[in-house]
Amino acid sequence: MKLTKFLATAALTMGLATTALAEKTKVGFVYVGPVGDGGWTYEHDQGRKAVEEAFGDDVETVYVENVPEGPDAERVMTQMALEGADLIFTTSFGYMDQTLNVAKKFPNVKFEHATGYKTAPNVSVYSARFYEGRAVQGHIAGRMTETNTIGYIASFPIPEVVRGINSAYLHAKKVNPDVEFKIIWVYTWFDPAKEADAAKALIEQGADVILQHTDSTAPQAAAQAAGNVITFGQASDMSEYAPFPRVSSIIDNWAPYYVQRTKAVMDGSWETVSTWDGIGAGMVGIGEISDRVPAEVKEEAEALRDMLASGEYHAFTGPINKQDGSAWLADGETADDGTLAGMNFYVEGLTAELPQ
Amino acid sequence: MIRLEKRPQPSRAWSLLTPLVAVIITMFAGGLLFAALGKNPFEAIRVIFYDPLFGEFAFYYRPQLLVKGGPLILIAIGLSLGFRAGIWNIGAEGQYIMGAICGAGAGLAFYPTESVLIFPLMVIAGALGGWAWAMIPAVLKVKFGTNEILVSLMLVYVAEQMLASMSLGLLKNPEGFGFPGSRNLQGYESAFNSELIAGTGMHWGVVAAFIAVILSYVLLNKHILGYNIRLTGEAPRAARFGGVNPTRLILFCLGISGMLAGLAGLFEVSGPAGQISIDFNVGYGFTAIIVAFLGRLHPVGILLAGLLMALTYIGGEIAQGTLSLPAAAIQVFQGMLLFFLLALDVLTNFRIRLAAKGAAA
Amino acid sequence: MDLSTINPVLLIASLMVAATPLLLAAIGELVVEKAGVLNLGVEGMMIIGAICGFAIAVETTNPYAGLLAAMVGGAVLSLLFAFLTQVALANQVASGLALTLFGLGLSALLGQNYVGIKPPAMSKLDLPILSDLPVVGPILFSHDPVLYIGIALTAATWAMLKYTRVGLVLRAVGENHEAAHALGYHVVRVRVLAILFGGACAGLGGAYISLIRVPQWTEGMTAGIGWIALALVVFASWKPWRVLLGAYLFGGINVLQLNLQAAGIAVPVEYLAMSPYIITILVLVIMSTDKSRAPASLGRIFHASQ
Repeated sequence: MKLTKFLATAALTMGLATTALAEKTKVGFVYVGPVGDGGWTYEHDQGRKAVEEAFGDDVETVYVENVPEGPDAERVMTQMALEGADLIFTTSFGYMDQTLNVAKKFPNVKFEHATGYKTAPNVSVYSARFYEGRAVQGHIAGRMTETNTIGYIASFPIPEVVRGINSAYLHAKKVNPDVEFKIIWVYTWFDPAKEADAAKALIEQGADVILQHTDSTAPQAAAQAAGNVITFGQASDMSEYAPFPRVSSIIDNWAPYYVQRTKAVMDGSWETVSTWDGIGAGMVGIGEISDRVPAEVKEEAEALRDMLASGEYHAFTGPINKQDGSAWLADGETADDGTLAGMNFYVEGLTAELPQ
Repeated sequence: MIRLEKRPQPSRAWSLLTPLVAVIITMFAGGLLFAALGKNPFEAIRVIFYDPLFGEFAFYYRPQLLVKGGPLILIAIGLSLGFRAGIWNIGAEGQYIMGAICGAGAGLAFYPTESVLIFPLMVIAGALGGWAWAMIPAVLKVKFGTNEILVSLMLVYVAEQMLASMSLGLLKNPEGFGFPGSRNLQGYESAFNSELIAGTGMHWGVVAAFIAVILSYVLLNKHILGYNIRLTGEAPRAARFGGVNPTRLILFCLGISGMLAGLAGLFEVSGPAGQISIDFNVGYGFTAIIVAFLGRLHPVGILLAGLLMALTYIGGEIAQGTLSLPAAAIQVFQGMLLFFLLALDVLTNFRIRLAAKGAAA
Repeated sequence: MDLSTINPVLLIASLMVAATPLLLAAIGELVVEKAGVLNLGVEGMMIIGAICGFAIAVETTNPYAGLLAAMVGGAVLSLLFAFLTQVALANQVASGLALTLFGLGLSALLGQNYVGIKPPAMSKLDLPILSDLPVVGPILFSHDPVLYIGIALTAATWAMLKYTRVGLVLRAVGENHEAAHALGYHVVRVRVLAILFGGACAGLGGAYISLIRVPQWTEGMTAGIGWIALALVVFASWKPWRVLLGAYLFGGINVLQLNLQAAGIAVPVEYLAMSPYIITILVLVIMSTDKSRAPASLGRIFHASQ
């Protein structure tokens, strides 16, 4: 444990030295993919750029991309801390334990771990309520589908993705009782060729709306080739496919949070928080609903968005039964965050089996 | 016209000199690349090669070199034995994965029981897992004469799918909120392969790597088996007349390389990585092949080559963090280093002669 | 759960598309291996092809120029491998792995400014009457031109290996390079040409992904297809038509499992995904008792003085 202390003091003196010298706040970002992925990492990097823009010469940002989850991530974080970072954003669920390990060694450096659930005195977690955006998508999808078949390209059977499917389904069903979901698990976050194949398979089986929880634009292109299929951008706006097939999108907008947390470090008000923000706080952006969506549907969707934003309406409001028919939420009851965070069941009406 | 003439004996001088020359050429070519990307080439080269060893934070990076280089060396040592005998196991990545799965599985089976017996048991399970996975190409080669390069490569893909299946199914952390990946062994004392002396980076995997270097040196130079391995590689016919049993040699070489790869996987999963997850393998098994060749299949060479590779990884990450070099530039840089090292090796075994055109080859 | 939603005609048509990049890369690698060279750098050459093709197609707004550039790009990268293994006599396994590492990095560097751009579209074959025929129309007459090139290339490679002198020399070099050398064939020259051909094919296969199948550019977008192509060559026991068959099988398993999932059937994805490799190993075992083995000189270094 000597080393821990040594590292800590080294970091401390280093931290003091840099602040004394430059007064610049140094913010580090650890990325799991390349900044050119056009999706998850790309949006985090937009957030980093927003931090630079907001504080100009008062901050210095650094990032390392393509960092595998595991010992490499731990080393990269340590390196950033040693080099004098005051705040480090670790932007993948798989960095959870590494973030906590490094945070323990550098009590004076603040850490922010995306999508995780373990906090510490100097580790906050943050995530976005993407399921709110899924509700809006589900609404548009349910209203727009003519075949009553909606295709869903899902990545991994984890709560985050399951929440999205449930939310989209509930809101599609609400406006279109005949709607049916076809779900393909591709077991990857990012594999353009596989995503394209999955989209094609769904389209060939009658889906005329494709929702995706993977990050490439391949499904958009497949929909465009098919001609009469609508899609939604995922992670980034994917506006190059607007106004059709992409009729709207869910945008991961980390910029406000990153700016706010950097500010907190600068003025010393940083505290451990568990942030789970949605449309209201601007963390989940709903991309412009294109004019290929009928005006009334667009109006309804925007009304839904605004109600979700103001907190007037919760995307999981009872009565909702689980897939096996057992009751989950009573009439008017809303889901608690604990259940949502660990959601591992489908809601009633979905026919497929959730892989376990 | 330039002609290559085979040396009667590999040149000792060149075999020692070429790696140095290659590194220098790479620094030059890499410097040009970094300059083209708008970075100061001298600074970039310094950050990659000098800072991890002697920079301000070398106290942290030096141990990390061992952590990163350990598995590379351990696997490469095993591979080099087979490579010397002309037995090509290129599926170490798969054996590494299977070692990790078996080892971690053995440990997790006892969770949360604490016992000093658990870790040794995991080591045995890991070694067996890697060994068994390598025995598939070995037995197929011995029984049916199938090509071990191809079978061992195919088994990498099978192992990767097994890994995905394990992370999502059998070994999934029951308290992990449904996320793929096993329990973190770092939080399970009996199974945790922690640093033996804090701050040195030395965990059992690094120790095993050093032991492997020494043992393979002894084996190759002092033992009849090592002699047979070298003889089979250099003069297969003579070896056969000399009574070397090719079947036993194949089983031994593939088995030992699988075992060491499995051990590397086990030490990694129980130590630095901590858990089985879908992306647990980061290509150590393939990189180790390159390391084996960079080290000229010599135990000491492999030791140095493994550390050099680790240096470019760690230095590359620092360069990304401090100079904003894209990760891709580092990858290209590593690729160049490998190319130059491989290309210059020709000078060890061949003499370059300027010959008149049309001279008999 | 409703199997009737799977339309077999469309399934076959889309598995043909999914199989094409595999087919192109594998045919190239087959020729390389027939010449006795094992180039494990297929993935690297494919991704270089993907970015070269994409960049040139975007810059010239001509997809065909892109395809050509992809072939050149793949071939140029393979030249590095040819130099290492044929001139500097470096180990082929290590050189191939280094090539993949280098190719992945270089492609990412080259592609930095091409993320999020749509490439010019390539028109599909649209023959009056024929393309509209039921069943055979979608399967045979409504694809992009490259898909047909892939099939034509398979036929050409088959004929070349079987009937031409070039094929004979290639096989001779791959089976026994010393004997081929003694007969007066230029072993190194033949091999370099084979490697270049393999590079061009892999490049084309990569561009098929970035320009037609997906189409977009993102880092690492070949996502392991080059490695599958390597397996495919072995699976096909170095026979071109079996490569075609295998490509449809390998591509087909993936497309089929996606379709089964969409039809609501729970599929053990990982076990299905590993099945092609296990089948390949079985094929290898069966083949080893057969005449159609691997080229005897595969992966061995040739030097004239030996």
